[in-house]
Amino acid sequence: MTHSDLSDVQVRVRALESALVAGGHVDPAALDALVETYETQVGPHLGARVVARAWLDEAYRERLLGGATAAIAELGIRGRQGEHMVALENTPTVHNLVVCTLCSCYPWSVLGLPPVWYKSAPYRSRAVSDPRGVLADFGVTLGSEVSVRVWDSTAEVRYLVVPMRPAGTDGWDEARLASLVTRDAMIGVGVPSGAQTPSRPGSRL
Amino acid sequence: MNGAHDMGGVHGFGPVVPEVDEPIFHGEWEMRVLAMVLACGAGGRWNIDMSRFARENRPPAEYLSLSYYEVWLAGLERLIAERGKPDRVLRAEEVPAVLARGGPADREPIREAAFAVGDRVVTKNINPVGHTRLPRYARGKVGVIERVHGFHVFPDVNATGAGEDPQWLYAVAFTGEELWGPDGDPRSTVCIDAFEPYLDAVR
Repeated sequence: MTHSDLSDVQVRVRALESALVAGGHVDPAALDALVETYETQVGPHLGARVVARAWLDEAYRERLLGGATAAIAELGIRGRQGEHMVALENTPTVHNLVVCTLCSCYPWSVLGLPPVWYKSAPYRSRAVSDPRGVLADFGVTLGSEVSVRVWDSTAEVRYLVVPMRPAGTDGWDEARLASLVTRDAMIGVGVPSGAQTPSRPGSRL
Repeated sequence: MNGAHDMGGVHGFGPVVPEVDEPIFHGEWEMRVLAMVLACGAGGRWNIDMSRFARENRPPAEYLSLSYYEVWLAGLERLIAERGKPDRVLRAEEVPAVLARGGPADREPIREAAFAVGDRVVTKNINPVGHTRLPRYARGKVGVIERVHGFHVFPDVNATGAGEDPQWLYAVAFTGEELWGPDGDPRSTVCIDAFEPYLDAVR
């Protein structure tokens, strides 16, 4: 920025919006409603509810793994960039990791908008060729007994990772369990918060 | 197209650096870009595959120099220049229903799927100048059908405006060694979602 308070990109955005509104091509109130939806309503707290329900309710877990779009809709969660959902369950020997190498495909309906790193070149380039190295960037180390399954979102299917339930959470209710489920754990680059101790014998995640 | 957007396996970008306490938007202009892309996308002059091609189809140096919302802005500017401003206006009161409905890509199948779970397949070595969702790192590779997702709009054709041309869509799993040779992780697999025209049977 030099003499103007606005960057070139800010000027372009304002000019485009002004032209679209002036010509009656967009409703500015609709733009506000779209922003508000993704700022205040849609976010990883929705995916966390899905995961917590799956941890608590075995029948729900089976429905989620067998047909995630319908199972997620049972909780009233549906929408754009979540039209075709698949849930991927982590186990003591399988860790799932989600990426979109070609653009930024991400399960908006359950996680909201993707963070910058998810859309960045370092993540998109290395998640498929060096997934353990990427996990190390996030401070996650998997045991040698764990195989990594990377899911490159190259079509309109969107993936949600169901992390393992942390140890020491017996008797917790759904809301308390959901509070442990981080966005990163549902992408596969993190673990549920407070899950440093092995959840099952022989696993580090 | 073989563009800079097709990043799988490219070296040199360095480590992933997550931002602590990252906000949803970095500046108001990002909010307006997101909202304009969604509102104009509902306007009916283009589809999501045309949008993706408008974003990726630019010189590699340019693509790599832009932030993600800058890519979205550049794509939107191009779509409007090439296809016009939307004439169907998304109204504020329609937003919740439009977002809830989304844009399902599945269609009623008009033929049987050629492959079943467990089948071995090889991806084609294609290098189209247009839009494709078969990444370079997964071309000419042998994999196994992991899931049959359904019968979905085919982006390679839909991006051209020649119709949806729906095709069977599969999750195809490849070993790390198949994709990356001895540098691959023998204990990792990569699944891509691949449309049937990308695949040949391995007998």
